[in-house]
Amino acid sequence: MINKLVIANRGEIAVRIIRTCKKLNIQTVSVYSEADKHAPHVKMADKSYLIGPPRVQESYLNAEKVIAIAKEAKADAIHPGYGFLSENADFAKQCEQAGFIFVGPRSQVIQKMGNKIEARRAMKEAGVPIVPGTEDAIVTVEDALLHANQIGYPVMVKASAGGGGVGMQVVYKEAELAEAFTNNAKRAQSLFGDGAMFIEKKIDNARHIEVQVLADTYGNTIHLFERECSIQRRNQKVIEEAPSPFISEATRLEMGEKAVQATKALHYTNAGTIEFLVDEEENYYFLEMNTRIQVEHPITEEITGIDIVEKQLEIASGKRLNLTQQELSIQGHAIETRIYAEDPSTFFPSPGHIDIFQPPKGYGIRNEIAVGTNYDVTPFYDPMIAKLIVHGKTRDETIALLKEALGQYKVTGIKTNISMLLHVIEHEQFKAGNTTTNYLELYYK
Amino acid sequence: MEVKATMAGSVWKITVEQGQTIEEGQDVVILESMKMEIPITAEQSGVVKALKVNEGAFVNEGDVIAIIE
Repeated sequence: MINKLVIANRGEIAVRIIRTCKKLNIQTVSVYSEADKHAPHVKMADKSYLIGPPRVQESYLNAEKVIAIAKEAKADAIHPGYGFLSENADFAKQCEQAGFIFVGPRSQVIQKMGNKIEARRAMKEAGVPIVPGTEDAIVTVEDALLHANQIGYPVMVKASAGGGGVGMQVVYKEAELAEAFTNNAKRAQSLFGDGAMFIEKKIDNARHIEVQVLADTYGNTIHLFERECSIQRRNQKVIEEAPSPFISEATRLEMGEKAVQATKALHYTNAGTIEFLVDEEENYYFLEMNTRIQVEHPITEEITGIDIVEKQLEIASGKRLNLTQQELSIQGHAIETRIYAEDPSTFFPSPGHIDIFQPPKGYGIRNEIAVGTNYDVTPFYDPMIAKLIVHGKTRDETIALLKEALGQYKVTGIKTNISMLLHVIEHEQFKAGNTTTNYLELYYK
Repeated sequence: MEVKATMAGSVWKITVEQGQTIEEGQDVVILESMKMEIPITAEQSGVVKALKVNEGAFVNEGDVIAIIE
């Protein structure tokens, strides 16, 4: 087993990983920027190292520095968390070459899934349905027009190297295509150093449903059911739930099997997530694979009773999965709401000083927190300051518990999205499970 | 007329110069905060009388960024 782990991250996920390490008697090493001197993950770790100035390029994205710290601390493994270096194939490779265990899949798999055109191809080969669209990179506007006409409008123009909603755009008619294609190709080239584009059919009234998988290094592969993460702002998730209120038991089973099939075909190892778009007829299409732990992993932990971080560390240490698919079942319902430091109507960031931070407590409530009372939220990082996870016997009970918990949540000094979260979960459309990715546009104004 | 910051963050780019004539809706500065870039635009046309911030500076919501006449 791993003896000493470097957590190359910050915020709630760093705290979350340290918690499991304490349970498993693994020593922890955290890294922090000058802006994070007083952050909870610094105090919780057995040892902490300053990594650099506040800006991410000089701190949490500095791969060489992370590896140097791992060497100095005499650690044997590195956990990248989510975001930052987690899906950086070069970083994973550098860890491998320096002799550290990278808690995640092999660098080649990260590379493959990071290229969306390649990922689509690999999934198609593995027998997983992909969104109808182009298979090769499209270079010219003429080609783009030709393909878009074949696919039929509306279409999504997407950068192969894109992510987090960057480098993609929906195009409703032919007249808009040339400009959208050229602009996004340019943006992708400057941001990701790769301007390769592809075109997909835009799926109407789609839901975002993803399957959590676990695979050990001996080929044992299981899934931990799905999460529905349709409620998003700026292409980023806000509310997630497990199981999905929409899909039938037959679709659930099939999506799980397809996810396992794809994971095996890729020779994937560790925890991963296969994201699908699901249409009104329950047709599901591969969207992308996240080769890391997800922000919303706690809802899966709540309904399965499995500590996913523990499984990640075990698999990375070369242990066999001690679980079979048959042993797993869904226990109740769980919903996660992301608490963002932002204006609840414009979604503009709201960094600043938190005077009082009082999360709710009680039956079924789990908090993942990165801040506290009398704490400065700086403008340098993601606005997510905490997550509230609620687990109940049924979806209705979970929504009722969540409403109570959000009502108790007290944050003063900065703006948060708590009022927006309450608005959503109290809405009849949410209660009815009508959660599509355009939910906020339709029902939140 | 004062152009004010709509959110707290750092000044990523100043896109106008002092003395420049600008149109209503034109970007004056681009603020960056929490991984988001927000352009701050002029609410009316005019001449940039003064720029109150430098690139890299931190502003709070409501701080005056520029004065347009």
